[in-house]
Amino acid sequence: MSRKDITSGNWAVAEAMRQINPDVVAAYPITPSTDIPMKFSEFVADGLVDTNLVTVESEHSAISACLAAAVSGARVMTASSANGVALMHEIFPIAASYRAPIVFGLVNRSLGAPINIHCDHSDSMAERDSGWIHIYCEDGQEVYDTMIMAVRIAEHKDVLLPVFVCQDGFITSHCFEPVEFMDDEEVRSFIGERDPLFPLLDIDNPVAYGSLALTDYYFEIKRQQVEAMKHVERVYREVAGEFAKKTGRDYPVVDTYKTDDADHIMVIMSSAAGAAKDTVDRLREKGHKVGCLRIRLFRPFPAKAVVDALKGAKSIAVLDRAASLGAPAPLFTEIKGALYDAGIHIPANTYVYGLGGRDFFPHNAEEAFMDLINNNMSPEERYLGLRE
Amino acid sequence: MSEVIEVRWHGRGGQGAKTGSAILAEVLFEAGKHTQSFPEYGAERQGAPMKAFNRVSDRPIRNRSGVLSPDIVVLIDPTLIEAVKPTEGGKETTVYIINSPESPANVKKKLGLKDSVKLMTVDATRITLEEFGQNRPNTPMLGALAHFFKDVPVDAFIDHFTHKMGAKLPEKVLKANQNAIRRGYEEVQQG
Repeated sequence: MSRKDITSGNWAVAEAMRQINPDVVAAYPITPSTDIPMKFSEFVADGLVDTNLVTVESEHSAISACLAAAVSGARVMTASSANGVALMHEIFPIAASYRAPIVFGLVNRSLGAPINIHCDHSDSMAERDSGWIHIYCEDGQEVYDTMIMAVRIAEHKDVLLPVFVCQDGFITSHCFEPVEFMDDEEVRSFIGERDPLFPLLDIDNPVAYGSLALTDYYFEIKRQQVEAMKHVERVYREVAGEFAKKTGRDYPVVDTYKTDDADHIMVIMSSAAGAAKDTVDRLREKGHKVGCLRIRLFRPFPAKAVVDALKGAKSIAVLDRAASLGAPAPLFTEIKGALYDAGIHIPANTYVYGLGGRDFFPHNAEEAFMDLINNNMSPEERYLGLRE
Repeated sequence: MSEVIEVRWHGRGGQGAKTGSAILAEVLFEAGKHTQSFPEYGAERQGAPMKAFNRVSDRPIRNRSGVLSPDIVVLIDPTLIEAVKPTEGGKETTVYIINSPESPANVKKKLGLKDSVKLMTVDATRITLEEFGQNRPNTPMLGALAHFFKDVPVDAFIDHFTHKMGAKLPEKVLKANQNAIRRGYEEVQQG
């Protein structure tokens, strides 16, 4: 029997971790993801999990320990945010290249400076070329469900890649709301046991990790990672389909809200989609045909699903919670690229919002929608909720 | 009842506004509502003014923005009447629940509110000092809030507290909290 309870995004991650019962967790707590290792360490202390919890002296060591454990054949999880994520950066591409299926609860927080503990996507967007799978969640339920699905996706032998499960710092991580939890047994049967390929500790079949490949093989190894990423969407759909059958909760790679007949579509990620969808409803009551497209899977980028959702629109607004200083914002770039490849030219506005936790209100979403409705279009980057 | 009820709590760090908001969400969730509870994080210091929020609805809640225009304002520290702006974003219909020994008419005057505004006062500080010798004003405020959510009886708040904290608290402390919630409900001055 599943149970529904009031919980936070962070606790939802910790509870998923308890049920997954990973072999190894190595973590170094940082705001706003601190609750994850804190709560999980209680589970360890109470003997509710069999996990070897490695308490290290930095995020760099945390992810290094995770990597070593993962290539040894263990099921491994961790969590971090912002500058903690940035300190781990050196190890991220190595984990992807070693095909280490680490599942990572990433609680989005802005990168300093100035020092800021609140949400934006600058930390994870800086890792978009690290070779990890990126999934962005809208609420606590989705965070919990995605942690469980991520284990299966990461460990699938056609994939074998690490996964970031992203949620918005404080907005989602510290919001208490109802979340439906699966049974422990149900979770365990859904994820199964890890069956590692080429584990370091299989002494009968010795393998080497960390070897040198210069001009002779490096390129081919990167090409194999490209290939692994190409399998992700298929595996994602299989796992999400199975999960939907079990729980009734369906998570397509992109979440389309009233986009089918929409003239104007807002493209957005994570928690701000809630305010966007409420605004869609309000503007529809006034007769405006608007819709919202939320990008859930960001790496690999689901270009086909995005094009399918947007191709009928007259104009679009792309909202980024991260800036790419000196170039168009990250999500906007992806959306434009996907439409270009499909030979579709739809006028598109680009908006940056919510940096450093600046709140995103329905009236901010309405402002962007009204630009589309009034045909106030231009290629310059615009800002929502900014004082200028 | 409008579609989503929004609640803003004002308190000082350490007084339990965040916990009060969390308990309100749990009680209303158990009564079948959809709820959110979230604090505003700034400098987390004991005694510093802070805010916490709730959303309550019969339907799933999607909006996760801060609350700009609350339906209910809960003020759990009387000194905040002057120190912060409890009426900010208030509507004609906003209900105020204030920890104060004063009459609703007096508090309305201090806040610059019209007579027609609904405002309740409850001397939550005195109640908790009498019940358990500490100024922990959030429990009586929860009792007072039961006047607003008419389909959720005050006993639901007491039962929730008993069920949630019963195992953790000594019998005496548990009883004191139960009394504090009930007295918050009963001793409210309506205005």
